[in-house]
Amino acid sequence: MSVSAYVGGLGLLGPGLPNWPDTAAILSGVRPYQPATTVLPLPTILPAAERRRIGRVVKLTLAVALEATSQTGENPAGLASVFSSSGADGQNCHELCQALSLPGREISPTRFANSVHNAASGYWSIATGATPQSNVLCAFDASFCAGLLEALTQVAVDRIPVLLVAYDSEYPQPLHAKRPVPDVFGVAMVLTPQRRESSLARLEAALTGASHDRLTDPALEALRSAIPAARSLPLLRLLATRSCGAAILEYLDVSRMEVQVEPCT
Amino acid sequence: MPARHAALGHLRDGLRVNPLLLKKFTATSCIGVGVAATLDSLLEQRSGLSRCAFETVDIDTHIGEVAGVDGERLPANLQKFNCRNNRLAELALRQDGFFEAVEQAAQRWGRARVGVFLGTSTAGILQTELAYRERDSVSGALPANFEYASTHNSFSVADYIRQRCRLEGPAAAVSCACASSAKVFGSARRMIEAGLIDAAVVGGVDSLCLTTLYGFHSLQLSSPVPCRPFDVARDGISIGEAAAFALLERVPQNLAGDSVLLLGIGESSDAYHMSAPHPEGLGARRAMQAALAAAQLEPGDIDYINLHGTGTPSNDRSESQAVTSLFGPTTPCSSTKGATGHTLGAAGALEAVISSLGIQHGLMPGGVHTTRIDPTLTAHYIRDNRRGPLSHVLSNSFGFGGTNCSLIFGRAG
Repeated sequence: MSVSAYVGGLGLLGPGLPNWPDTAAILSGVRPYQPATTVLPLPTILPAAERRRIGRVVKLTLAVALEATSQTGENPAGLASVFSSSGADGQNCHELCQALSLPGREISPTRFANSVHNAASGYWSIATGATPQSNVLCAFDASFCAGLLEALTQVAVDRIPVLLVAYDSEYPQPLHAKRPVPDVFGVAMVLTPQRRESSLARLEAALTGASHDRLTDPALEALRSAIPAARSLPLLRLLATRSCGAAILEYLDVSRMEVQVEPCT
Repeated sequence: MPARHAALGHLRDGLRVNPLLLKKFTATSCIGVGVAATLDSLLEQRSGLSRCAFETVDIDTHIGEVAGVDGERLPANLQKFNCRNNRLAELALRQDGFFEAVEQAAQRWGRARVGVFLGTSTAGILQTELAYRERDSVSGALPANFEYASTHNSFSVADYIRQRCRLEGPAAAVSCACASSAKVFGSARRMIEAGLIDAAVVGGVDSLCLTTLYGFHSLQLSSPVPCRPFDVARDGISIGEAAAFALLERVPQNLAGDSVLLLGIGESSDAYHMSAPHPEGLGARRAMQAALAAAQLEPGDIDYINLHGTGTPSNDRSESQAVTSLFGPTTPCSSTKGATGHTLGAAGALEAVISSLGIQHGLMPGGVHTTRIDPTLTAHYIRDNRRGPLSHVLSNSFGFGGTNCSLIFGRAG
């Protein structure tokens, strides 16, 4: 069995990958990949009071989600969304665990409110006024495919456009040693049940036992295997090159996800 | 089966959903291990809340702690999952023949055709909190035996259940704060509807930890006394822990009369505030409306509402407004959190099981600990148990981030 949708706008931000057009140029070989620390923009879309409270992952997810939705002419307020992340806000989690290990155990109420896995989804809906459903998932290293599958079933079954945001962030030490995600990485895409003018390609996904794709550039391959959300890169490569084909993405230990890509010409 | 339940039409405009069968369900919380003990406590209006003596916590509050969790042993091959959250999951999994029912489903449909979607807000974070106390005094490193993936990570409980039950279908943890294990029903429904799976283990598992006990305390949202939802003197939540599961399948041709069906689900976002509900409960109202539309039911068809009803002044006020604006002031409703405590990411699934027990046994559980209902709350809050047949029950779950989910359950016959 498979599920399908049209993919429209794309947003991307990661180490050495400042936006989708530059990432597309790198993934299609037009430009070499040069790893660099991710630079996060300050989100002006949030009211000042909210802006003071946010951490790195909210800046990251707002940036990629706005990049994706700006390309489709979609009003973000009307979009259902799926957010998927392995660890959400690593820095915030560390600060809470640290404070709880000290005498007094004084923790910041804002840090606690921001510690929920759905904080990024909450800030997105506050920033854009989006009131439709937002589901928030975690599947450890399989988080990108879990999010993609959830979003595709929303599109295919409920026949609604859905914004998918998959992202991860780094933990500081000492958690970093146990979960060495090196930097933040986020990818966003708008998935729709019908083809639109802004549609880039039709996606059709199914689970498979075949082995997963790797990237030929060693630095990009290192990125793909180091950050769960970057497991999307083989799919993004097909979208960047406007190629017809299949990307086989790492999913759970027992299965991979095969995504057929058919560009809209 | 009433005609409207049998109408297995396709979704139109994302509104209508096909019913699903709760083939099996179970719950473990401070009011009971398994459904028989849970039902007994509900019938006797017994609360499981007690003064907090958990771990080294020094907060003046009441909690709903499940006895015997730390005595649970995980199978030898799954020891890396050992943490309070997965021990609680294991304890609950073995009740009421649930594990056996999952095995039957796996054999009937195939292991890759059974999915796992479990809600949690904090998973095994307690393990990390403890590990931070044992950091190496020189290097600051966490202890060598600390397992991040299988205890701390939100997926750990879903991964534990899928490995424990040897399931190979799609799997994810849903982590939408206190709406998590209501929203899992939506993920499972779409996977089944899309034909990707034939059955799903859904539910929620959340266990006591310092993050939530000190976190809600820092927000001044936890009560020093057992929580009193809808009481005029309500002053916050009592944190509980629970594990609750349901096995979902498509509705077969022949059904036992006391079978419980998931008839509708509605989800929405407040787009208002990270830790406070919309003051008029607009998001909550939209979720309930969407659930009614999905089930093709009118507000008058709902016999009882199991409220989110946390016992904070603002949550109960906004939920009461939302309920009254949609159902008027006569539909009986109550919160069972005075009995169980607020089990956070497990609350949606626990209250789905309580709603299902209510349907099977004709019980609207009265809200315990509430002595004087706030006269400014217009929803029809019941403090005493009511007995009688229930056709449709709506259950609300709302969470931080402004995430809302309403479920509607009904009798098969």
